Amino acid sequence: MAVCVAVIAKENYPLYIRSTPTENELKFHYMVHTSLDVVDEKVSAMGKALVDQRELYLGLLYPTEDYKVYGYVTNSKVKFVMVVDSSNTALRDNEIRSMFRKLHNSYTDVMCNPFYNPGDRIQSRAFDTMVTSMMIQVC
Amino acid sequence: MELCGAKRLGYFGRSQFYIALKLVAVAQSGFPLRVESINTVKDLPLPRFVASKNEQESRHAASYSSDSENQGSYSGVIPPPPGRGQVKKGSISHDTVQPRTSADPQEPASPVVSPQQSPPTSPHTWRKHNRHPSGGNSERPLAGPGPFWSPFGEAQSGSSAGDAVWSGHSPPPPQENWVSFADTPPTSTLLTMHPASVQDQTTVRTVASATTANEIRRQSSSYDDPWKITDEQRQYYVNQFKTIQPDLNGFIPGSAAKEFFTKSKLPILELSHIWELSDFDKDGALTLDEFCAAFHLVVARKNGYDLPEKLPESLMPKLIDLEDSADVGDQPGEVGYSGSPAEAPPSKSPSMPSLNQTWPELNQSSEWETFSERSSSSQTLTQFDSNIAPADPDTAIVHPVPIRMTPSKIHMQEMELKRTGSDHTNPTSPLLVKPSDLSEENKINSSVKFASANTVGQQQAGVVAHPPAVPPRPQPSQAPGPAVHRPVDADGLVTHTSTSPQQIPEQPNFADFSQFEVFAASNVNEEQDDEAEKHPEVLSVEKASDPAGSLRVAKTDSKIEEKTAASAPANVSKGTTPLAPPPKPVRRRLKSEDELRPEVDEHTQKTGVLAAVLASQPSIPRSVGKDKKAIQASIRRNKETNTVLARLNSELQQQLKDVLEERISLEVQLEQLRPFSHL
Repeated sequence: MAVCVAVIAKENYPLYIRSTPTENELKFHYMVHTSLDVVDEKVSAMGKALVDQRELYLGLLYPTEDYKVYGYVTNSKVKFVMVVDSSNTALRDNEIRSMFRKLHNSYTDVMCNPFYNPGDRIQSRAFDTMVTSMMIQVC
Repeated sequence: MELCGAKRLGYFGRSQFYIALKLVAVAQSGFPLRVESINTVKDLPLPRFVASKNEQESRHAASYSSDSENQGSYSGVIPPPPGRGQVKKGSISHDTVQPRTSADPQEPASPVVSPQQSPPTSPHTWRKHNRHPSGGNSERPLAGPGPFWSPFGEAQSGSSAGDAVWSGHSPPPPQENWVSFADTPPTSTLLTMHPASVQDQTTVRTVASATTANEIRRQSSSYDDPWKITDEQRQYYVNQFKTIQPDLNGFIPGSAAKEFFTKSKLPILELSHIWELSDFDKDGALTLDEFCAAFHLVVARKNGYDLPEKLPESLMPKLIDLEDSADVGDQPGEVGYSGSPAEAPPSKSPSMPSLNQTWPELNQSSEWETFSERSSSSQTLTQFDSNIAPADPDTAIVHPVPIRMTPSKIHMQEMELKRTGSDHTNPTSPLLVKPSDLSEENKINSSVKFASANTVGQQQAGVVAHPPAVPPRPQPSQAPGPAVHRPVDADGLVTHTSTSPQQIPEQPNFADFSQFEVFAASNVNEEQDDEAEKHPEVLSVEKASDPAGSLRVAKTDSKIEEKTAASAPANVSKGTTPLAPPPKPVRRRLKSEDELRPEVDEHTQKTGVLAAVLASQPSIPRSVGKDKKAIQASIRRNKETNTVLARLNSELQQQLKDVLEERISLEVQLEQLRPFSHL
């Protein structure tokens, strides 16, 4: 279950962040923030090769005792960070990948909206719905 | 004033009511007192309607008003006798409102309509509303203004004005008839909005919108489905679309749409949501249908209706998609859909809707499969005819025709997986699309094509390489099938070839292709030479398609040689198979039966048959044809044939690529398995 989903802009400020358990939200925010360093590290490591060969899915960024943090970065350096409950061992890598794919698609749809200014917070209801479904379903 | 009053009192009908409103407006502008008196008079006789009337009027005002000015002047209020106070406001607002320049989102105003307000015009409104058959629902007034909505918008110049009107009319539009107002929430929302302003606006508006009020009312009352777009509204939307994008089949880019809808003064967040709902194909541009849906949502929102979470069915650009797919070539201006996608296109021919409706069903891959698997019987052909629309999208997708049909795209993807089947269906679809006299011929052609497709896949390559001679689509699709068959025993080929000549004469016996077999036979001979050259390639390609190709590869080599010689016979043999359900090319690939071989041979024949069929089309008219009709029919047929051939060509090209890839893989396998190959 995706406990927390966050979309980080290129300049490393959050465009969208949502957590399932309403309490301890700050903790999740902090985890996402710290994961940004790991994302940058992975991106720079892979970036030596051509960008084309760079995988969008970064995989497990770092595990903690309670949670695992997965990362995904788009070609425009927009990062998706997902925090998953460690107790949910049934979650496979493929599922995480598909979840990121859905996120990416929804993000693209939001971008296509001419009323959305890139850099604004994502307030699209469709995006919210999709993220909610992901957080509940994964649970 | 008295006149107005008299008129008002006597008015039952909408038109009369509006005239009265006009008079009131005039009177108000010129004689505030009169209005007051009128109002008071009205209040008296209809005290109980005050609330509703107020609502009505406020709605009315909302509908008329898109003036921000009016809003300002109103403040809520109004218990009766509100009229007087409001009248004054109205008079004041008249001057300001009359110009009605600003189309500021009257959202606050429109929803306003506090029941207690009784704007100067309210008496009129009341009366009219009261008289209205429906119960004294506050909703009624909404209905009234509703119809005026669109016409009102239309009356106004410029999109901005329209937008303003729209916002003003927000309450009415979505509502159906006065009687059937089921949406109390909107009413309530209206009430909460600035009643006063609404009323004033109403007053003002009445002046200008009196004429349009009737229309607006009509519109609002015509809603059967809250989200349904009436004709008037739709016409208005289309006009607005034209101002932005003259081509009804084109798209409105996102930036232009953004500017347009920003004029409606809705909050960006809501506009963003509206965009998400209406951009069906998520392409960042609006087709006419999408634009109408978006506009409709904007209007509804301005009238106080909450935006739905999901696009209502009546607003979905289904028709567009279907039309696009169906029209592929024939119908005028159907914009590709989007939208999904769709996206999806303004022009909707009335004939298409029926097809469109069937389309979603047909789009299902299962249906395609059934088509493809059906033998080329007349029945099948008939079905294709009726399913032309669905077939088109498939075809369309194959061709580089920009079609925004998300559902169809998905369907197409599925179809791509079953290309062979689709190939069968596609070829027929273009033919079938044209409801011309050639329908029958098309059927025949399609049947022939299927037959050929079933037979020899190998010949597809040959077919592709063939010049114009109508490379029957089915043939290419069959190529993979026959290819598989090819690897059959070399002996089989020999025998096959030997038998082929015998089969040739049998061709004419085929009932289905009797007409064409003769042509085919003649054409086959011509084509065989060409095909012979291509056979090696085809054979190799077909081999690739056969997973167990190693043995077959060897066999195919020998077969190729034989086949070249037996190309003629192949057609004959094909003749026998045409009846076989064309559509099992996929299965054939996996088969390693002798049937495949004969099919290979038949492939060439089929090519000839197809060519013959195609040739027969034009010839038929000639034979008949000294009549203009016949000539025209032949022209149509030729055009259809051209279209079909073009599509076929593209499909064949794709198949050729696939086959070549298979060939490569098979060659690799061959090398690996060579030591083990026997025979």
